[in-house]
Amino acid sequence: MKRIKQVLGGDLRQYTMVVALVLLIAVFNIISDGRMLTSSNFQNLLAGNAYVLVLALGMLMVIVIGQIDLSVGSVAGFAGMVMAIAARDLNLPWWVAVLIALAIGLAAGVWHGFFLSKLGIPGFITTLGGMMIFRGGVIWISKSISVPAPAELKWFGSGYLPEWGPAFTGMNNSTLLLGIIGIAAFIIAQVRKHKASKENNPIWAVVVRICIVSAIIGYFTWLYGSGRVGTSFPVPGLILLILIIIYHTITTRTKFGRNVYAVGGNKNAAALSGVNVERTYFLTMMNMSLLAAVAGILFVGRSTAAGPADGTSWEMDAIASVFIGGAAVSGGVGTILATMVGGLVMAVLNNGLMLMGVGADRTQVIKGFVLLAAVAFDVYSKKSGSGSVFSKLFRSEKK
Amino acid sequence: MENNPYILQMQSITKQFPGVKALDDVTLEVRRGTIHVICGENGAGKSTLMKVLSGVYPYGSYEGKILFMGSEMKFKNIKESESAGIGIIHQELTMIPELSVTENIFVGNEITRKGLVDWDEERRRTVEILKRVGLMIDPDTLIKHLGVGQQQLVEIAKALSKNVKLLILDEPTSALNEDDSANLLNLMRELKANDITCIMISHKLNEVAAIADAVTVIRDGHTVESYEVEAGSVDEDKIIRAMVGRSIENRYPEHVSNPGEVIFEVSDWWVEDPEVEGRMVCKGSSFNVRAGEIVGFAGLMGAGRTELMRSIFGHNYGIFRGGTLKIKGKEVKINSVESAIKHGIAYVPEDRKNLGLNLLDSIRQTIVSADLDRIIKRGLLSFEEEQIAAEKYRESVRIKAPSVDVGVNTLSGGNQQKVVLSKWMYTEPDVLILDEPTRGIDVGAKYEIYKLIHELADQGKAVVLVSSELPELLGMADRIYTIFEGSITGELAKEEASQEALMKRMTITSVS
Repeated sequence: MKRIKQVLGGDLRQYTMVVALVLLIAVFNIISDGRMLTSSNFQNLLAGNAYVLVLALGMLMVIVIGQIDLSVGSVAGFAGMVMAIAARDLNLPWWVAVLIALAIGLAAGVWHGFFLSKLGIPGFITTLGGMMIFRGGVIWISKSISVPAPAELKWFGSGYLPEWGPAFTGMNNSTLLLGIIGIAAFIIAQVRKHKASKENNPIWAVVVRICIVSAIIGYFTWLYGSGRVGTSFPVPGLILLILIIIYHTITTRTKFGRNVYAVGGNKNAAALSGVNVERTYFLTMMNMSLLAAVAGILFVGRSTAAGPADGTSWEMDAIASVFIGGAAVSGGVGTILATMVGGLVMAVLNNGLMLMGVGADRTQVIKGFVLLAAVAFDVYSKKSGSGSVFSKLFRSEKK
Repeated sequence: MENNPYILQMQSITKQFPGVKALDDVTLEVRRGTIHVICGENGAGKSTLMKVLSGVYPYGSYEGKILFMGSEMKFKNIKESESAGIGIIHQELTMIPELSVTENIFVGNEITRKGLVDWDEERRRTVEILKRVGLMIDPDTLIKHLGVGQQQLVEIAKALSKNVKLLILDEPTSALNEDDSANLLNLMRELKANDITCIMISHKLNEVAAIADAVTVIRDGHTVESYEVEAGSVDEDKIIRAMVGRSIENRYPEHVSNPGEVIFEVSDWWVEDPEVEGRMVCKGSSFNVRAGEIVGFAGLMGAGRTELMRSIFGHNYGIFRGGTLKIKGKEVKINSVESAIKHGIAYVPEDRKNLGLNLLDSIRQTIVSADLDRIIKRGLLSFEEEQIAAEKYRESVRIKAPSVDVGVNTLSGGNQQKVVLSKWMYTEPDVLILDEPTRGIDVGAKYEIYKLIHELADQGKAVVLVSSELPELLGMADRIYTIFEGSITGELAKEEASQEALMKRMTITSVS
C-alpha cells in the first residue's frame, strides 16, 4: 500500500474514478470482442465527445463557485447557428463566422454574468432564462431548418492531424510527435517536482511513475497513430487537449483560479481577504458561455450543418461529468483533471453500450444510475473518511 | 397559593455542558407583578438560565427546582412552558418575514373551524391584541415591512395572545433606536399594571435604573446578588461592581511597549445599519493608534465595535455615511477590502470559521490567500514561494501541524487562529485590527496569541484589539476606548483603566 502511495503521490482517493475508467474500458473491450480498443473507435470516441468535455471545463468552474449553468446547450446551439447563417447569407469567410460565434458566446456570458453578479439573481434562474431565450432564438432564426456550415469548419469538428515525414515509423507522425511531447513534458515536470519537493519520495517511485504514465501515453499514441491511412489523433481532441492545459493552469496557477475556489469555499471569508466576489462570479459565467460557443463550433464542424436542436440537454452531460469527477454541490471542490476523467467515464459508457448494441433508451437509464452511484460513493467515502475502493482493496497490506 | 408573593422561584439551578459549568447553584426569585432585571457580562449565564426556565434545556438536563405560581414545573420543551404561561422574547427576533402579522401571531396555534383556518376570527383577535401593545397597523401587513421596533411589539403581542403570566425579554432594546426603546419600556410598565410579570435581561444600566423593581446580578454562572430596588434610585455602580468583581490573574505575558508616532487615525466615522433604515451603528467615531501601540476597544455585544472595524476595513459592513481615514499622516480613500489590504490594513474577524477561513483550504493555501500577488512568478502562482512562505510562518508562529499541506479544518481553534494571524501578517500590514482574537481558544493557546500580538506591536505595527473580555483588554492594551450604542464613550490610559471604570462607560450614556 505504501509503495503504491509513493508511486501515485499521496492521496489515493482521487484515483478512484481513474480506476473505474480503466476497468470500464477493459470490461467493454472484453464484452465487445476487442472492438473497444481500436483506432477508429477511440478516434470517434474523442471527436464525438470533445464538445461535451469542453463544456465540462467551464461547468467545473461554475460549479466550484457554487452556481450552475443550464444555458450552455442553448448558447452552443445558438452560436453555431448564427455562425452557419452568417457564412451562408452574408457570404462571410469561415473565420469571420467563427469569430462571430465566439462573440455571441461572450455576449451571452456577459448577460448571465450581469444578472448573477450585479443583480444577485441565482445562476440557476439566470441561466434557466438564458436556456429558453437562446433555444427559442435558435429555432427562430433557423426557421426550424438545418443550415449547412462552411466546409472549412469540418477540420475543427472531425479533421485529423496532417501526415508528414518518414514512413518507417509505421504511424501518423503528427500523432507520434504529440505523444513524444507529452511524455517529455511529463518527465520534465516530474523531475522538477522531485527536486523542489522536500519530502523524501524515493527516486524509484518517481521512475516507476514516469514509466507507467509514459507507457499509457505511448499506447494511446500508437492507438491513435496507427489507424486507417489519413487518420490520426483528431483535431477536436487536440483543441480539447490545449484547452485542458489552459484551464488546468488557470484553476491551479492563477490568482483568478484561487479566487474561484475561495468564493466557492466561503464567500464571506473570500470577501474579507480582498477577493472581488462579484467580479469572480461575472468572469466565471462569461467564460462558461464562451466555451459553450467553442463547443457549438466543434459540433457544427463535425456534423457539417447547424441544426435547430443542436445542444439540447448538453448542459446535463456537462454537469454530470463535473459531479462524477468529484465536485461538491455546495461549491469550493473539484478539479479540471478529475472532471475530464468524469467526462470520459460518461463517454466510454456511451460508446461501450453502443458497441454492445444497447439502445439509447437503456443507455440513458444506465448513465443515470452511474451518476447517482458515483456521487453517492463520494458522499459516503467523505462521511466515513475511509478512503477509496483502493485503500479498501489493499487494507490488509496497510502498514 | 394566593399568599405566595413569588410567581417564579428557581432554586439551586445547576447546568453542566461538556467541560463547563454554565450555571452553578443559581437561585432566582421573582415577585408577582414586578419587573425583574438580570444583569451580567457576556457569557455570565443569563441566557442559559432563561433557556432552562423556558424548556429549551428540558427537565432532567439540569439540576434544581423550578416553582411557577406555586407548583413545581418540569418543562420538556418550549411548548410546555408556553402553555403554563411563560413567554420569551429572544434577542434575535423569530418572526417569519414573508408572512403577515396575523399569520405570525397564530403560527403553530392556528384557530380552525371545520379543519380550515378561520381567518376572520384570527384577524379580529389580532387587532385586539395589537391594541394592547399600542400598535395600530393592518393585521395583513407583512412582517418584513415593519421596523424592528414594531416587530418587537408584534412578538410581544404574540406572547400575549397565549395568555402569558410571565414574560421574559432578552436584551429587548439592543436592536432598537431610542424612541422605540422608550416606547418598549412604557409598554412594560403597562403590562406590569395589568398583572403581567416581566423578567428583562439588559446591559443598559440607564434602562435598568428607569424601570427595575428588582435586580439580580449573575457572574460566571453564580448569583452574585439579588435585591429589590426602587425605580429611579438604583445604584448603578453597585451593579457594575457586582458584574465584574473578579480578580485579574496573571495570564498575560510581560511586555514593555514603546509607542511611536500616530500612524492610524479615524475621524468622525458614520455607518448606517444596512437592515434598519436610519439606524446608525457608528455615530461619529474618532480614534487613533500609534506605531507599536496596542489599543483596546471595549463594548458589550451589539455596541458596534465589529461594525466599526469592518466598515473601516474597506466598507465591508453597512452603508458608509462619512468619515476620514489617515494612515501615516496621509488621508486615504478606501472603498474595497482589496484596497484596504493594499493600504496596509489587516482585519482578523471575530468569527473564525465563517469569516476568517475557507475550511476547505490547506494551511499553505490559507496563509498566502490575502496577498496572492506576492507568490506570482512569471505570471503564475509559484508553489515553491507558497511553500516557503507557509513554512516560515509555521515555524515563527509555532503552528502545530504535521505539514503545511494539511487542511485547516483539522486544526484546533488555537492553531486555526494562528493560521489566520499568519495570513494577515503575510500581507505585511501597518495596522492590524484583531476582533476577538482569543474567542473559543483554550488558556494555553491564548497566552501564545498574546505573545504574538506583543511581537507585532514591537515590530512597530499599530494594533487594534477588540475584545469582550475586560481582563484581556486590561492585560494587553496600552490604551482603551469604550463604545456604547455606536458612540465612543471614553478613552482610558492603561494606568487609569479598571473594570469598573470601563463597564461604567460601556453601559451608561449619561455619564455624570
